[in-house]
Amino acid sequence: MGQIIVMTSGKGGVGKTTSSAAFAAGFALRGRKTVVIDFDVGLRNLDLVMGCERRVVFDFINVINGEAKLAQALVKDKRIENLYILPTSQTRDKDALTKEGVEAVMDELRKDFEFIICDSPAGIERGALMALYFADQAIIVTNPEVSSVRDSDRILGMLAARSRRAELGLAPVTEHLLLTRYDPHRVERGEMMTLDDVLDILAIPLLGVIPESPAVLRASNVGLPVIMDESSNAGMAYADAVARFLGENVEHRFVKPTRRGLFSRLLGRPV
Amino acid sequence: MRIFNFFRSAQPPKPESSAHQAKERLQIVMAHERASRDGPDFLPLLQQELLAVIAKYVDVDQNKVEVKLDRVKDVSTLEVNIELPSRRPGTQRHRVTLQGATSS
Repeated sequence: MGQIIVMTSGKGGVGKTTSSAAFAAGFALRGRKTVVIDFDVGLRNLDLVMGCERRVVFDFINVINGEAKLAQALVKDKRIENLYILPTSQTRDKDALTKEGVEAVMDELRKDFEFIICDSPAGIERGALMALYFADQAIIVTNPEVSSVRDSDRILGMLAARSRRAELGLAPVTEHLLLTRYDPHRVERGEMMTLDDVLDILAIPLLGVIPESPAVLRASNVGLPVIMDESSNAGMAYADAVARFLGENVEHRFVKPTRRGLFSRLLGRPV
Repeated sequence: MRIFNFFRSAQPPKPESSAHQAKERLQIVMAHERASRDGPDFLPLLQQELLAVIAKYVDVDQNKVEVKLDRVKDVSTLEVNIELPSRRPGTQRHRVTLQGATSS
């Protein structure tokens, strides 16, 4: 039976879709059959980040409404074996996500996939609730920034009270913190909360720290999950986080400022 | 500090740059979305009706139907592949392919 993982945050723009794409690609690159689902009905973007926007015919909502078979809506990634994308509708709204409909799709996917990643929309309304409802594990994407940390805490409350596991009194959803857009230089200058500050406040286990990196924008420009940019700090940090998720013991990198030479400072280009 | 930027700033983005690719990808996908914003979401219905017509004459396995929509520049191509079962075991399978293109 596959594991359902929700990528959630409450706040928008913190890196949920970037992280969903990176984790999905990371699992698949390690031979784990993975599907990543876009729950942001009406504001479809996972397809663009995954680079499959021109191959979408049917979507998640078509499947829920019985207008298409699941196999017809799944888009197979052209670069990575074992990786599938289930895009959402760009025309309908969140009311199209019924609990029964989502459950039927999840039950079918669980039989076939090892990991099912639910890319949550921002907010705490229907779309976000449906994305987290069936989760076995949750990756909380947080920026070291006041509003993001507060919203993450709110989402943790939702997971504890309104998920299927909570409602049925099962073992709680496993929580992981993914701290993104971390800038060790600003942390050192006291302009940004430290990793420990955020861990103190949220008090959940740390899965990974993704450094602020120009590679993220470059990757989304061309529709490539950033984890495939293996030479970038962000790509390496995601690969580490995926390894940790799969039980490997990997030390955290990119949490301390690097000393840059005169030449790279002159050029003003971070790696 | 960033003295090299002075020489770099005035040039337009190179065609192969990732920023240029981003703009191109967005233009393609958004042109299509804007065009179909008020139009019907016809693909699922079209597929169902095509299937219904074919199913009147032959047994069609719903899972052996493939619908592909491809967009290259101004032309959209709709391709429907339906695998038909063979009448007797061991004989060749048949495949029906429907193709249509529209330019916008």
